[in-house]
Amino acid sequence: MTKQNAKAYWKENLRYVLILLTIWFLVSYGAGIIFKDALNTIRIGGFKLGFWFAQQGSIYVFVILIFVYVRLMNKLDKKYGYDE
Amino acid sequence: MMNKVLLIEAMSVQNWTYILVGVTFAIYIGIAIWSRASSTKEFYVAGGGVSPWANGMATAADWMSAASFIGMAGIISFAGYDGAVYLMGWTGGYVLLALLLAPYLRKFGKFTVPDFIGDRYYSSTARVVAVLCALLVSFTYVAGQMQGVGIVFSRFLEVDYNTGVIIGMIIVLFYAVLGGMKGITYTQVAQYCVLIFAFMVPAIFISIQMTGNPVPQLGFGSEMNDGSGTFLLDKLDGLSTELGFDEYTEGSKSLIDVFAITLALMVGTAGLPHVIVRFFTVKKVRDARKSAGIALLLIAVLYTTAPAVAAFARTNLIETVSNQPYTDVPQWFKKWETTGLITFIDKNNDGLIQYVADESQNELVVNRDIMVLANPEIANLPNWVIALVAAGGLAAALSTAAGLLLVISSSVSHDLIKKVYNPKISEKGELIAARISAVGAVCVAGYFGINPPDFVAAVVALAFGLAAASFFPAIVLGIFYKRMNKEGAVAGMVVGIAIMLFYIVKYKFGWLDDTMPEKSEWWFGISPEGFGAVAMVINFVVSITVMKFTKAPPKDVQEIVENIRIPSGAGEASSH
Repeated sequence: MTKQNAKAYWKENLRYVLILLTIWFLVSYGAGIIFKDALNTIRIGGFKLGFWFAQQGSIYVFVILIFVYVRLMNKLDKKYGYDE
Repeated sequence: MMNKVLLIEAMSVQNWTYILVGVTFAIYIGIAIWSRASSTKEFYVAGGGVSPWANGMATAADWMSAASFIGMAGIISFAGYDGAVYLMGWTGGYVLLALLLAPYLRKFGKFTVPDFIGDRYYSSTARVVAVLCALLVSFTYVAGQMQGVGIVFSRFLEVDYNTGVIIGMIIVLFYAVLGGMKGITYTQVAQYCVLIFAFMVPAIFISIQMTGNPVPQLGFGSEMNDGSGTFLLDKLDGLSTELGFDEYTEGSKSLIDVFAITLALMVGTAGLPHVIVRFFTVKKVRDARKSAGIALLLIAVLYTTAPAVAAFARTNLIETVSNQPYTDVPQWFKKWETTGLITFIDKNNDGLIQYVADESQNELVVNRDIMVLANPEIANLPNWVIALVAAGGLAAALSTAAGLLLVISSSVSHDLIKKVYNPKISEKGELIAARISAVGAVCVAGYFGINPPDFVAAVVALAFGLAAASFFPAIVLGIFYKRMNKEGAVAGMVVGIAIMLFYIVKYKFGWLDDTMPEKSEWWFGISPEGFGAVAMVINFVVSITVMKFTKAPPKDVQEIVENIRIPSGAGEASSH
């Protein structure tokens, strides 16, 4: 029973990690590097969007991603009885 | 009251620097005395009861080195868009740390990174390989910090460079040897406050001056304050192309190289032992996750401000000097000229400063460190702000140096002496060994600070490359791939490190050929700075391939893996 519990917990954890790392990849390597030139045609104030993602936006998203993970995992720990 | 105001205005930069540096040093020493370590547990992991906020602040100070504080804005200032590799690379690694490493390593609950590698791969070979990597990475890194200390002292306090390094050594020695991780943690908390204040105050002043917006992150994308209605970045792009430089927001590195460098720095960040060990100091697994978030939030304050400072400083520099008569240059220009950090040669004898991209016509060479160090002077800020930069630079350098020294001393006293050569050593004996190795490490670091190897800059690329090529894959596979065995992990680490060393020696130092190889010979067009990404992939491939042909790890090791995946019952870090 506890083994199954642990397995299910791990599976859900991996799903969260996968989703969050996909976003991590998209904002930095995607928006900030690969699609930078295309995004640079869009402007927000004085910023070209690709440049903004590379030097500002990706960092903000990184911070948000970690706090989202913290929240999700705290909930998950509780659901499976691993909180303390 | 009036007299006081006059006094504050009249005090010289140097007096202010002495006061601010003196007060901050006194605080660090006070904390060291208050937080002496009395057991190995306190020495290695601060007793394991550090709160997530304190650990987040300590991690941020630990992470932000002399290079982040003094160097980064300057590098971006001259690299434009390409500077993003450092911004994303040195922050994105924390996402990997929080999601893939920190919680599990905390649950594992030992003192050092080689501890994990050695136990997870049930092999003292793996442990020794990991210790050697940790030592190599930390020594290369710490030399740069002691240099930073020497530079700040010699530029701001007119103290001899070597004396500066020695003063820095004594301070670090004091709190690292006395307090171990406990002393380092709480001094780093204080150092974070000093360095972030010192970085933000000039940045806010300059942002207001140039764009009228007090938030540098927004001022960066605002219109110039000169009534022209042009956006700052457009102005800077225009000025850059006019002088023949690349457009500021475009950059000149190839896409694949930007990609590879960013990846190598991210993965290297997540694999640096002095960052990882910080997460052994918190109480619970959930605290490890949370403090990774807090650390990145606090780091992001500086990292999102730095590119703004870079753009402000670059615009300011071009506008102040380009095509201006040399006789009219401001005071700061002359001052930094005497230090050799700004050089002007009037090649065409017209008395004007030609600052252009074309080497044959360019008359001005500016050391990039100036962009932060001289920024307050360029913007005419009060003397105390200028002095603050010195205190901030010292805080950044010392905090990082201390974190690295702890990794070095625990590698020797715990991983080598206790775990390999003399497992019977008493707790007291180990603590003495830890302190002696800390003293030894400070002396070696000071030696490198005073006699810097001429390849220090190259060596930082190597530190990240090595961390990416060795620790990151070994740890991630150790957690996420239960079947990964010692044969696979050791083969992966050895091949990863070997290929990284080979690439750096060949393409960065040029030692294997008569002349430095051309950029066109780089594999896949990837620079030595970015090669860590390739070496990491090679490590993963080698590890998994070798693992397929060798037998699965023993049952008890597989149980360790199952156990670290569950957050509860972490207990406190222990050596058994």
